[in-house]
Amino acid sequence: MKVVVCVKQIPDPALPGELDPSTNYLKRDDKLILDESDSYGVEMALQLVESAGGGDVSLVSMAPNGAVGGLRTALAMGAEDAVLVSDAALVGTDALGTAKVLAAAISRMSPDLVLAGVESSDGYTGTVPEMIAGALDIPSITFAKQIQVEGGSVKVQRQTEAGYDDVECPTPALVSVTAGVVEPRYPSFKGIMAAKKKPVEELDLSALGIDSSSVGKNGARQETVQVTDAEERQAGEIIEDDGDAHEKIIEFLGELKVI
Amino acid sequence: MSIETILVFAEGDETGPSGLTLELMTAARSLAANVETFVAGDGAAMAEQLGAHGASKVFSTGALEGKLMGVHAAAALQAHVEATNPDAIFFGQTPDGRDTAARLAVRIDQPVVTNNVGASVEDGVLVVEEPVFGGTQNVFTAFRNDGPALALFRPKSFEAEPNGGGAAEVVGVEAVDPGVAGSAVVTGRHAEERSGPKLDEAEVVISGGRGLGQPEAYSMIDELAGLLGAASGASRAIVDAGWVPYAKQVGQTGKVVKPNLYVACGISGATQHLVGMKGSKNIIAINKDPEAPIFGVADLGIVGDVHKVVPALIEALKSR
Repeated sequence: MKVVVCVKQIPDPALPGELDPSTNYLKRDDKLILDESDSYGVEMALQLVESAGGGDVSLVSMAPNGAVGGLRTALAMGAEDAVLVSDAALVGTDALGTAKVLAAAISRMSPDLVLAGVESSDGYTGTVPEMIAGALDIPSITFAKQIQVEGGSVKVQRQTEAGYDDVECPTPALVSVTAGVVEPRYPSFKGIMAAKKKPVEELDLSALGIDSSSVGKNGARQETVQVTDAEERQAGEIIEDDGDAHEKIIEFLGELKVI
Repeated sequence: MSIETILVFAEGDETGPSGLTLELMTAARSLAANVETFVAGDGAAMAEQLGAHGASKVFSTGALEGKLMGVHAAAALQAHVEATNPDAIFFGQTPDGRDTAARLAVRIDQPVVTNNVGASVEDGVLVVEEPVFGGTQNVFTAFRNDGPALALFRPKSFEAEPNGGGAAEVVGVEAVDPGVAGSAVVTGRHAEERSGPKLDEAEVVISGGRGLGQPEAYSMIDELAGLLGAASGASRAIVDAGWVPYAKQVGQTGKVVKPNLYVACGISGATQHLVGMKGSKNIIAINKDPEAPIFGVADLGIVGDVHKVVPALIEALKSR
């Protein structure tokens, strides 16, 4: 079984994010790391291949600047190899353009299953996986909390507003994995050392046969026209509990007529 | 160019359209003279309420019979959109809304802008507003494409308000076979058991987080919620840890709530969580760390141990 996992490399979410005032794009100058949302897809892929008794987990990622830091983390977890699409023309690419690029890279890899996180931690559009499936013209199941591959089909527990649905479809298929549904493994020291030698194939747009005008700012066909600071909520009264804070809460509930 | 017709992708069930769908109707009505709706399913059950909220028409594919919605909805929508050329299509930021918009975007090669909380028309072009960096800044995006503007909106961004219209005309549309891409089928449905009001509709929400220490401690959140007629919610941390089901998650991933009162128990207030609850009218936070970001948005902040404050509160409420 061959599983391809889409991974995004993002600025460290622990650092304050910032928009570049000249372009209004998210600043990505610092080192990029593996998006935590995607670590669940990587872990899920590794578990599926292990339970199938063999197979390969490959990664695919896109970045304008050749970043590989996040890919190395996922390779250290146990993925075999990676394809990185990197091209200066990708700056400003939107969700649809990203999906076209990733789909073109994935179609060269002929996977049985494509996994992705439901949404990234920085852009969180939550649309790229389904768009990739659209561009590849394969079935897809989003918001998975559990995945089983049996023969030529994939069975998924798909999270819904009310609970979950059982959904199945034939492979090849794309499944997006909800954060938190598996426990991503920590790379071992051995894994980290091995990851340094694992192959990362770097491709540009021409290698994928993609016209650079269909991606980047031109391809996005949308423009940030304004950025404003949001009105901040003011903090109210803060008290230290010395055994009777619940009385203060009761009083507040009374004022709100909740009780 | 101007905005004349907005098509709202309506979701709901046999009881009628979802609250979010009706919120989208308010936004669409404020921007366009003509608002039409599209239902990937049985539109007849929704015609009365959609009409009362300003829809002139309900285009309906009829029941999907167990097929996973997104790709089928998008295939039928493509044919409809190419025939009718709406200026914009509004979707709710839901699993099926995202799937459908994403598939449609590929089929008609038009961009989608997600996570919006506001919309306006400027110089005849749709401009949508999206909060970024945990809601500290707002980004306004103008559509520059030659085709319908596809926009997804978060729940609770607009107030649902009927405008007194009669039932909308239901118009059947042809289903379009998306081929093998449409082969995902739903074989079973499971609803989490819930007592009390729905999380995203409740007047009062009581949520628990990592500060509860262990999964068993969540029972006091449920007990407090029961006493106040509230819904119980959770931070992503304890959903990820498997203490409570995903259906209870409040936050950026999860549900957006705007109740009259939100009580955060043992929740530090990560950006991910704040995005989902800081629109609440009143907020009480109980946390032992005085530096917790949750206190920055609380109207009443209690620096203390949830294991002492919450049981004392429960006792006090019971003895009233």
